Amino acid sequence: MVGGDMSRSTGLDAHLVVSRGEAFTLDVSLSIPAGHTVALLGPNGAGKSTVVAAISGLLPLDDGQITLNGRTLDNPADGVLIPAEDRGVGVVFQDYVLFPHLTVVENVEFGLRSRKTPRREARELAIRWLDRIGLDDLADRKPGDLSGGQAQRVALARALITEPDLLLLDEPLAALDATTRVDLRRTLADHLGQFAGPRMLITHDPTEAFLLADEIHVIEDGVITQVGTPDDIRLRPRTPYIADLAGSNLVLGTASSGTVTTGTQQLHIADTQISGPVLAAIHPRAIIIDRHQPDGSPRNTWEATVIRIEHYGDRVRLQTGDPLPLTAEITPDALSDLQIVEGSVVWISIKATEISVQKD
Amino acid sequence: MTKQATSRDRRKRRPPVVLVVLAALGLSVFVVPLLGLLARTPWRDLPTVLTSDVVLDALRISVIASLGATAISAILGVPLAWVLARVEFRGRSIVRGLVVLPLVLPPVVGGAALLFALGRRGLIGEPLNQMTGLVLPFSTWGVVIAATFVAMPFLVITVEGGLRNLDPRYEGAAATLGAGRWTVLWRVTLPMIGSSLAAGLALTWARALGEFGATITFAGNLQGRTQTLPLAVFVAMESDRGAAVALSLIMVVISLTVLIVLRHRWWGAI
Repeated sequence: MVGGDMSRSTGLDAHLVVSRGEAFTLDVSLSIPAGHTVALLGPNGAGKSTVVAAISGLLPLDDGQITLNGRTLDNPADGVLIPAEDRGVGVVFQDYVLFPHLTVVENVEFGLRSRKTPRREARELAIRWLDRIGLDDLADRKPGDLSGGQAQRVALARALITEPDLLLLDEPLAALDATTRVDLRRTLADHLGQFAGPRMLITHDPTEAFLLADEIHVIEDGVITQVGTPDDIRLRPRTPYIADLAGSNLVLGTASSGTVTTGTQQLHIADTQISGPVLAAIHPRAIIIDRHQPDGSPRNTWEATVIRIEHYGDRVRLQTGDPLPLTAEITPDALSDLQIVEGSVVWISIKATEISVQKD
Repeated sequence: MTKQATSRDRRKRRPPVVLVVLAALGLSVFVVPLLGLLARTPWRDLPTVLTSDVVLDALRISVIASLGATAISAILGVPLAWVLARVEFRGRSIVRGLVVLPLVLPPVVGGAALLFALGRRGLIGEPLNQMTGLVLPFSTWGVVIAATFVAMPFLVITVEGGLRNLDPRYEGAAATLGAGRWTVLWRVTLPMIGSSLAAGLALTWARALGEFGATITFAGNLQGRTQTLPLAVFVAMESDRGAAVALSLIMVVISLTVLIVLRHRWWGAI
């Protein structure tokens, strides 16, 4: 079988090199098969927006190439540069960038009208899309009247109606408040699942990347520093930076009256009101490690075995085993004081207030 | 105690007297001349004066010249503004300086320059005359050209400002949706700078309507052909004060009407 060629011809294959003066050079390789979501995770200024501009055709490459479904979109060496309007790359921009002077339905049908689809046909399709995202009653409103969540769905419909070969989402949840974000992450996951082509998610939010992506590429200062599944990134971060960015422990569980139950373990949390399925986040630095049972205020304490120790400069990350596998972070001095080695049994304690809980 | 505090708070809210006095003086600079005009208006003879040939001719030429200059400015000035805002090229600041020059240049000098360039013996005027027989100076076209020369900078700088303030991501988003350059321009760029465009057109039209110096130098002062309202006022001041006042009144009414009709778009963009 020609498996290698097959995967190459039905997805995105890109090597992006863009120089911005002396100070910054983006040099990133990416490949996304159809039906997969890859997240590009990194801080502001890492080059994420340059990646969006290069792939969508708003910024030409200085070197490298972009191939989508076997078609070359940009290749400076061969002098190939397909303009943005002919690329078939659907983009949901940061802050959505809906056209403020057009109504919601005019925004959605914009791509079809630009491709000379007859007026009536474009309108019918746009209405069908609005129906699908549950906004058909807002068709004649202006984007300024929409909530953040509604605007996001309109932006998604506007991009998808043109049946793009690649879906590019640039910080799709950043413009929303925390509560809406959780709701919309679900909706977004559904929509992503319905899009058959390669999906690319640009984000600075590790939670977003962990929950939406099949694979995460971490970008720092214009280069990819780690590629892996969400679990790889979370449990085995390769640089101190990734450890900081993505190292939070995420625990799925069920909350009721001040506790979260996950597997056999119960966690006490500060919020006594929340109930139902939740996502609890615990920062590795919030986990206290002892050799003996602590008797202080922490509500959550248990014994666990250290199964892995990793050093990152001035920090050490410990991975602990059952009943609730977690990553904790301590200093090298603490590690030697406590004489911890792989296989040591330690006491873990976490203050209830250090566990941040949100509805899943 | 409480009462004192209240009265002090009240005094605090009142604007400073000096500022109010100066502001009133500033306003009087605009209002007093208008009052003078109204005081001297021959109300009884007004209908006759306003329907005289001189006035109707001048009105017609002024309408043609101001609207013609606005139309030409829109057709040529918007592309010029677009190039200045979006294309990076060497000497862009020099080009921008040339565009704004008519704003500071005395209009008479502009008229003289037009005469040297487009006059019967001018740099371009002479070959143009030989090839087509066209004579621009002292024609209605000359009035339009003179008005365009002094008024188009208003359109270019206002529209360029609008384009610079427009977030380029809107045009980028349109492109990713399959819109070519023309579609982006017509469906996104121009509608989104609509208020700047409207303000630019209004300013351009107002400047063209009031144009005097360049017109009289380049196009002369021929009734029914090149005599605009301002030129007619100037002539009437020497011969017929009543007509001069009536003509002035027409200009005040036209200008005020346009300002009031366009006020929202205008203040929105400047």
